[in-house]
Amino acid sequence: MDLRYSDADEVFRAELRSWLARSLAELPSAPSRDDWPARVHYDTDWQRRLFDAGYAGINWPKAYGGRDASPSEQLVFHEETTRAKAPYVGVNFVGTLHAGPTLVAEGSEAQKSAHLPKILRGDQVWCQCFSEPDAGSDLAGLTTRAVRDGDHYVVTGRKTWCSFGHVGEFGELLVRTDPDAPKHRGITWLILPMDLPGIEVRPIETLLGSSEFCEVFLDEVRVPVVNRVGEENDGWRVTNVTLSFERGTAFVSEMVDALRLAEELAPSVHDVAERRELAHVIAELDALWSLTKRNVSQAGRTGVPGPGAMMLKLGYSEARDRLGELSMRVLERGIFDVHDERVEERLRTLSLPIAAGTSQIQRNIIGERLLGLPKEQRWA
Amino acid sequence: MNFDLTEDQIALRDGIRTLCAGRFGMERVRAGFDRSMFDELSETGVFSLRSDGFTWSDASIAFQELGRALVPGPLVWSHLAHGTVEGIITGVERPSDGTLSMVEHLAMADTIVVIDPGGVSSIPRAALDRSVALDWPLDPLTPIHRVEALPDAEPIGDAAIAEQWATGGAVLTAAYQVGMAEACVAAATAYSLERRQFDRPIGSFQAVKHILADMAVRAEIARAAADAAAVTLDDPEIGDITRAAAGARLLASEAALKNAKASMQVHGGMGFTWEVDVHLYLKRAWVLNTVFGTPTTHADALAATVAANAR
Repeated sequence: MDLRYSDADEVFRAELRSWLARSLAELPSAPSRDDWPARVHYDTDWQRRLFDAGYAGINWPKAYGGRDASPSEQLVFHEETTRAKAPYVGVNFVGTLHAGPTLVAEGSEAQKSAHLPKILRGDQVWCQCFSEPDAGSDLAGLTTRAVRDGDHYVVTGRKTWCSFGHVGEFGELLVRTDPDAPKHRGITWLILPMDLPGIEVRPIETLLGSSEFCEVFLDEVRVPVVNRVGEENDGWRVTNVTLSFERGTAFVSEMVDALRLAEELAPSVHDVAERRELAHVIAELDALWSLTKRNVSQAGRTGVPGPGAMMLKLGYSEARDRLGELSMRVLERGIFDVHDERVEERLRTLSLPIAAGTSQIQRNIIGERLLGLPKEQRWA
Repeated sequence: MNFDLTEDQIALRDGIRTLCAGRFGMERVRAGFDRSMFDELSETGVFSLRSDGFTWSDASIAFQELGRALVPGPLVWSHLAHGTVEGIITGVERPSDGTLSMVEHLAMADTIVVIDPGGVSSIPRAALDRSVALDWPLDPLTPIHRVEALPDAEPIGDAAIAEQWATGGAVLTAAYQVGMAEACVAAATAYSLERRQFDRPIGSFQAVKHILADMAVRAEIARAAADAAAVTLDDPEIGDITRAAAGARLLASEAALKNAKASMQVHGGMGFTWEVDVHLYLKRAWVLNTVFGTPTTHADALAATVAANAR
């Protein structure tokens, strides 16, 4: 058990740090939150710079343009990009942290070569089409229907909370291919080209006053069968691969960023009770980062992250809420502007206990999969 | 970087866990700490671990297991003093605001060590013969003596040793608390599977399941913090030991206390009885919050070191 980075890791850190210093100095200023064309350009441009320097897809195989970095180099990457305040993954979120890793694990060779290098180069933006108005926590209850017609699936239904739906070129789409099978066994995972006829996208205005989420309406959209990832009706298993990335690794960099925000808050906290509260939040965030290191170490040894990976999202959501509330109390009213980083972060992170499986769903998963508790009896 | 237990550490953990289950079952634990228990623990090497070439991380793993089994005794003090003072050692941090000290396991101890900011000193038990035991200590397995005034003591270590013992004591106490917190998860989970109401195990109800899930998360996060603090003691260059130790104590103290209370809630009326072990974990959690720093002093220490290093 140790926490010491190797000499090779430190060399990697030094190279990355000097590259970040140079690259961030050349970077244009970040666009307005509401200017989506500019945001897409800015985020994909940053992705391209990462790719050109060999830092894109830090843990992806080299064959698809990734770096295939060691687990500890991945941790260094998160530490250094956060410390340097490099741009967040932005519109590349679904491609690089969700759909991409799923394709790496489950996609066909043709699918991998068609999408993975483009995602890493910033040439292809993805969106998510999982949730539906009546399938939120009960995601497996989704009803968007796909009927086979020769070489195509004909898809009709309605998706919601589609991250980056209005800017995505491809979507990760869950559909029901067997309405008669038990609900977990009739689902299929498809790659949805967003320019197909029959797709309508409507942005959702969130409490931030703008949105990265959309509703997506599908009316007899013809999706080629070759766009299927995994077997027909085996989509729930593939979905769980996607969700394990979403809950286990997708928010690691924002967790490190939360630690930076907590440390930066320290000089503004003068009241002794509030100072102790901040100390507690920092202890929790430090521990979550240690737990991440443990998960990465265990994944390196056994191929699967340890049980801690299932706990990270719940623990982080709770700690982040305490940090957000503390900042709203200690900061001057003069910063109560939604464009202030800390206010925007307070609002944005309200979604943490809801998105990607609510905290209640996380507790069910921990209780049932880790502790071995029985499921609650279902309503008839 | 490999923040996972090594194979040797897994063997150490499993060995002590098996030993505790075999020799220090609840019946023996409930009989309290005595010299034969000390001798058997000495044989296993939990006190001499670091003198025998093991690390703070290894000691932390061992103390997690002792806490899981709720093995009583002045175990942390005896570990810290090993190699400096022989025998059963208890101890106390000299109170800064008065003369009254509360010394645990005094009657069984050979020597009492005292930590001051300036150094560590020792007092033979005979010099404290006139101190008075609490009639009915909150934790029945941690007898406490009131010592009105600590007599003159013989110096046995300098300020650096004092600091090492205070920090090491905090880290090993955190480890012990993590073991307690995990034991509470296991006991409450087992009970929730066995206890049936409304024709089903109560662990199937989300209202109970979510309590158990929160307990598991609390223990796992505290364990990561406690292990990180022990690793930082072994390799001080990797981080700020004040921050790591204080953070570990904050989270481990909270996990031990909240998990004991949550376990009591899951156990329902049985949790309020003397027969079920839950109250012993809860009472120990309260008592441990008073040694090697309190949650308040650790929060202040963590806040101070963060503020001092703020950019």
